[in-house]
Amino acid sequence: MKKVQDFKVKEYDWLNADNYILTLISNDEIPEIKPGNFAEIKVPNAEDVFLRRPISVLDVDYVNKEISFYIKAIGKGTKKLGSLNIGETVNIVYPLGNHFNIDDDKKVLIVGGGSGIAPFVTLGRELKKKNIETVFLIGGRTSNDIFLTDEFSKYGKVEVTTEDGSRGEKGLVTQHTVFQGNFDFDKVYTCGPDPMMKAVAKIADANGVECEASLENMMACGIGACLCCVTPTKNGNKVVCTEGPVFNTKELSW
Amino acid sequence: MVDLRVDIGGLELKNPVATASGTFGFGEEFADFIDLNRLGGIFVKGLTMKNREGNDYPRMAETASGMLNAVGLQNKGIDFFIDTIYPNIKKYNTEIFPNINGSIVEEYIAVAEKLNEVDGINSIELNISCPNVKEGGMAFGVSCPSAIAVTQAIRDVYDGTLIVKLSPNVTDITEIAKGVEGAGADAVSLVNTFLGMAIDAKTRKHLLSTITGGLSGPAIKPIALRMVWQVYNAVKIPIVGMGGIMNATDAIEFMLAGSSAIQVGTANFIDPQVSIKILEGIEDYCKQNNISAVKDLIGALED
Repeated sequence: MKKVQDFKVKEYDWLNADNYILTLISNDEIPEIKPGNFAEIKVPNAEDVFLRRPISVLDVDYVNKEISFYIKAIGKGTKKLGSLNIGETVNIVYPLGNHFNIDDDKKVLIVGGGSGIAPFVTLGRELKKKNIETVFLIGGRTSNDIFLTDEFSKYGKVEVTTEDGSRGEKGLVTQHTVFQGNFDFDKVYTCGPDPMMKAVAKIADANGVECEASLENMMACGIGACLCCVTPTKNGNKVVCTEGPVFNTKELSW
Repeated sequence: MVDLRVDIGGLELKNPVATASGTFGFGEEFADFIDLNRLGGIFVKGLTMKNREGNDYPRMAETASGMLNAVGLQNKGIDFFIDTIYPNIKKYNTEIFPNINGSIVEEYIAVAEKLNEVDGINSIELNISCPNVKEGGMAFGVSCPSAIAVTQAIRDVYDGTLIVKLSPNVTDITEIAKGVEGAGADAVSLVNTFLGMAIDAKTRKHLLSTITGGLSGPAIKPIALRMVWQVYNAVKIPIVGMGGIMNATDAIEFMLAGSSAIQVGTANFIDPQVSIKILEGIEDYCKQNNISAVKDLIGALED
């Protein structure tokens, strides 16, 4: 069940000048959150930020009633969310959207870029619980764009590509050696910039495996009321906030 | 106890707080957050004769104290509403108002005829003010003769309470309001969104796929309030007022300007519980000011 809930800012963990993890704490119970779910965060005391901001859940601690978000400070909303006081109240609507599906696979590949890596901590943990071997492939422009790899390494092997070669293999994720030779993955999960996800989906399709992608369309309501966040699919326009954000890429009109 | 009942052209609502079409889905989207039974009414997402995919993404842009949308009436058609959606929402003890649309008058008529036969639906909102469709929509609502023609055509086939939703994108909204009153409307609802536009100076590109879209939110409230007041002074039929209502104070202002009921729109996106908070706030206001019946607020603007 979706709910509106007040939290307080517990702490910030700044990964660099523009990337941070925001951890919120509440007095109330946190409902079950699945990998891929997101929250609509009301940016407090920001007259110029009218709408809530849809942000993927990074992690959740049900016992201590804490929830965290990995946020890239790129717009006025995400910048303001990075400058709150400890203890300041933050209102969120959550958990929203569908989630990644875990099948009876032996080995899977997760490809993430940009802020699209957020849902893969909880997904990686769930996959490990099911003894599914996971390879994380994380891409960025430079080594300064690669985050959370220590976290991912708890749940599987981590591979990195950077466009300038400052960390991991040089090039785009789709040029990584993981895609060369025998493709032994049963499924691919991806989230990040559209061109990256499209290229990854194409490779999965060429190898005859399913690919689930989580889309990051702009949203207003987050609960399927306004129909602003649609994506074209083979069955017409679908609402990303409720029918997604996770889609089987075969369904998308890419 | 405050008597919260209001009358909309012969139809009694248990309270004046309704939700605006296009901002509240078909109601069930908000069932986790509020008790829908407490609402005075739900104006559901705009309906057309056949399935409509709406406009291309991007359809939304945030603006100063508001937002632009260009959804373009995405819906699965009137038959899907009657056969699949309505049976699930009619259990709620609130008035369900279908919002009807068409590219041509015949489409409006066909949709209205179907709804005329549905038990439990007592009223429709005739939308002649959607700014986001290429054909029909707002085109009907920005000229007096076409607004009168479509209202008359629907009046001829629809027996229930007919509410005509007016566009603010006109020189004189009172002329349109008087026209539809003369054509048989039982009430008018106003305002729909204002035609607007957003550009990204960095990329020099427009932010909506349709270039222009409809502006809503608190940015439009003073203009909407002025139009409600003007229409209240021009017609005798009731007004359902809307345009940037974010809280109970805004809602009370719309009633003082002449609204018999109000619709909460874009505010639902910011706070999915806001409609009930507004209802409770109106009741508190009445208690604090010794107003025994909320209808006493309608048009009670003092000199």
